[in-house]
Amino acid sequence: MKLSGSQILIEALKEEGVGTIFGFPGGTVIDIYDALMDTDIHHVLVRHEQGAVHAADGYARASGKVGVCLVTSGPGATNAVTGIATAYMDSIPLVILTGQVPTHLIGNDAFQEVDIVGISRPCTKHNYLVASTDDLAQTVKEAFHIARSGRPGPVLIDIPKNVSSGTAEYEKLGPVKIKSYNPKYEPNAKQLRKVVDLIKTAQRPMIFAGGGIILSKAAGELSRFARKTKIPVTMSLMGLGGFPGSDPLSLGMIGMHGTYRANMSTGHCDLMIAVGVRFDDRVTGKTDCFAEQAKIVHIDIDPTSIRKNISVAVPVVGDCKTSLKKLNSLIDKADLGDLTGIRQPWLDQVEEWKRAHKLAYVQKKTIKPQYVIERLFDLTAGEAIITTEVGQNQMWAAQYFHYDRPQQFLTSGGLGTMGFGLPAAIGAQTAFPDSLVVDIAGDGSIQMNIQEMATAVQHKLPVKIVILNNGYLGMVRQWQELFYQKRYAATCMDCAPDFVKLAEAYGAKGLRAVKPDEVDSVLKEGLAYNGPVIMDFVVEKEECVYPMVPAGEPITEMLLV
Amino acid sequence: MATGSSEQAVERKRIVDIEKHTITMLVDNKPGVLSRVVGLFSGRGFNIESLCVAPTIDPMVSRITIVTMADPPLMEQIEKQLRKLINVIKLRDLSDTRAVQREMALICVRAQPRDRDEILRIVDIFRCKVVDVGPEYYTIEATGNEEKMTALINLLKPMGIKKIARTGAIALFREPPVK
Repeated sequence: MKLSGSQILIEALKEEGVGTIFGFPGGTVIDIYDALMDTDIHHVLVRHEQGAVHAADGYARASGKVGVCLVTSGPGATNAVTGIATAYMDSIPLVILTGQVPTHLIGNDAFQEVDIVGISRPCTKHNYLVASTDDLAQTVKEAFHIARSGRPGPVLIDIPKNVSSGTAEYEKLGPVKIKSYNPKYEPNAKQLRKVVDLIKTAQRPMIFAGGGIILSKAAGELSRFARKTKIPVTMSLMGLGGFPGSDPLSLGMIGMHGTYRANMSTGHCDLMIAVGVRFDDRVTGKTDCFAEQAKIVHIDIDPTSIRKNISVAVPVVGDCKTSLKKLNSLIDKADLGDLTGIRQPWLDQVEEWKRAHKLAYVQKKTIKPQYVIERLFDLTAGEAIITTEVGQNQMWAAQYFHYDRPQQFLTSGGLGTMGFGLPAAIGAQTAFPDSLVVDIAGDGSIQMNIQEMATAVQHKLPVKIVILNNGYLGMVRQWQELFYQKRYAATCMDCAPDFVKLAEAYGAKGLRAVKPDEVDSVLKEGLAYNGPVIMDFVVEKEECVYPMVPAGEPITEMLLV
Repeated sequence: MATGSSEQAVERKRIVDIEKHTITMLVDNKPGVLSRVVGLFSGRGFNIESLCVAPTIDPMVSRITIVTMADPPLMEQIEKQLRKLINVIKLRDLSDTRAVQREMALICVRAQPRDRDEILRIVDIFRCKVVDVGPEYYTIEATGNEEKMTALINLLKPMGIKKIARTGAIALFREPPVK
C-alpha cells in the first residue's frame, strides 16, 4: 500500500495504540497535521511546546502509557527540550515527534532549522533523524519499543518535511528486535537468595522504594513483600504512592525534606533494601554517612544506577516487579516464621521517632500552606491525582498529602522543572477525564506555564489549581534565610498578577482565600466546580519546609521546626 | 580537620587507583554514533586519552577503540554507560586480558647528513620504514605499542622532529589457543 509519510506516521502511531497527541503546529509539520485531521486521534493544542511535552509526560505518568507530542522544527523543537530533559531525568516513556527542514536543506542554516538530534542527544534515551520515508514506519516502531521497555525514557524522532510529504510502501511491521538493546528483566536467582538470607538475620531492616516501583507497576508486589517481612518502607519523592502512605509500615518520604523517622531509620538500619531508586543527592545527603550501619541491597533494571553514587553489598539487576515477585515466592518457601517478636524493638524505635518529631506547623492568623494541603487531602478523601510545580509547594504536597496508590502523585523529581504542574495536570486530566486532578503550585512557578490555562479552557479539562501564594520564590528564599543571612536576592515576587482576574480572563473560575476560615469554603467551591479553577491561597510569607537536611550534610542531621 | 585529612586520604587513594584502560567496542556504523560515545564521555566528565574509529569487515559495524584513565568504580560506570547506548553492540575492556595493542605514527625528522646513518639504524632496529625522503627530512612510518613509540620518539628527538602524526591505540583480544 503506497502512503504518504504523514499517513504512514499516523498508521504507525495507531499500531502503537496512540489515542492522544499533544502538540503545536508549524511549517515543517503541516503535512502531519493535515493527515491528523482525517483520523480519530485526539489532538490537544497547547500554547507553548514546553507545555506539550509536560502534558504528554503527565499523561504518561498518570496512565502508564507512552505519551506522544508533536512540535515543529527550530524554536518548536528547542522549546520542547526542557520537557524532554524533565522526562529523561524521571524515566518517563515519551515519543517526541519534531518537524525538520527538508533533507536537502539540512546543514544550510535554513529557516527554522536546528540540530535537535544533536541538542537532545544527552537528554533522550535515544533519538532518530529519519532520512527517508521508507524508514519511517520502522523508526516509529523502534522508538516506542525503546521508550517503554527497560528503564523507560523519552525518544525523539526528527522528521524532515520531505519525509512526511514523500510517499513509500507501507505494511504493518511485526515485533521489533534491536540486536544491541536487550534490557534485563530477570534477576539473578543467586543474588535474590542472598537477599533472603540477609532478611533472616537483620535486626533493623528497611525498604527504600523509588520511582522504579511505579514505572514497573510493582506496588502490589512491594506491599506483599513489606507486609510479609514486616519491614518498614520509606519512599523517594518519585516513589510516593508506590507503597500506601497511610499504611502503618510507611515511614513517609526520605531525604532533604524527608520525615524525621525515615531519615533516622536510614541512619540506624542494618539492612536497606533499595528498589527502583538511583540514590539521588537529595536523598543521600553526605554519601559517606548514608546508611553507614547497613548492608545495602539495590534492585534496579538499569545497571548504571547500581554503584553510581553508593556502594552496595548485593546488587540485583532486574525489573522491580519481576524481582519482588521472585523474592516473595522465595520468602514463602523460606518460612521466616512469626516475625512480630523479632521486629518489635525496631518498629517501636521507629514509632518513637515518629512521636518525637511529627510533621507539624502552627496555624495562626494567616493561612499556613501546610494547612491548605491537609484540608485538600481531607476534602478529596485522598483520592485526587496531584501534580506539583517545584519548590516549597512540591515538598508540602509530598509531606502533607498521603498517596495510597501509584500514578497518583506526578512531580518533576530529577530535573526540578518549575512550570511542570499545570501542563502535567492537563495531560493527566486528558487521560482520566472523570478524575479530580489538582495542580499544587506556587505563585512563582505557576507563572512559568500559565499560558496553558487557555489549553485547559479550550479542551474543557476541569483541572484545579491550588496556588500557595507567599509572594516569594519560596524555596530559594528559604535557603537565603537559612544560609545567606536573609539576603533575599531576586526572590521577592511582589508584582504578581491578580490570579482570580487572570483565571477569569482565560474563561476559567478564580477564587481566593486570605483567612484560615476561608480555606474550606474556597476548596469546596473550587473542587465542586465543573471546569478549570484557580484557587489563590494567600499564605504565610516566610514559612519554611521542615525537616531540612542542609545540602551535603548527613541525612540524620536535620533542621527541625 | 579530621575530615580534611580523611578526604585527602580518599583523594590520594583515588589517584593511586587510577589506571589506563583500553576499551574496544563494536557499534552501528551510522551517522551520529561516534558523537553519542564522545558526548557520553564529555557529558559525564570521563576522560579520553585516545580514540580510533573505522568500519569492520561488516560495513554496518564500526570498531571504536578508546583509551581512558579511571579508577575501578569510575571504570565500572564508563563501561555500563557505554553498554547502555543503543548503538553499542559489544564492548570489552582489554586492560586486564591478553590483547594485542598497536599504535601508528608518521614522524617527519630532520635528516642532516651526519645523522642519516643513525636514523636509518634506528629505523632498522625499530622495524620502521622510511616512506618519504627529502633533501633535509625523512618521514618515518612506525607501528608498535605505546612504549615502543615513546622510545622511538625519544631517540629521534635530538635530531629534530619537524612534525608528527600519531594514531590512538587499536587493540584486539587474542584468540584462545586451540584445545
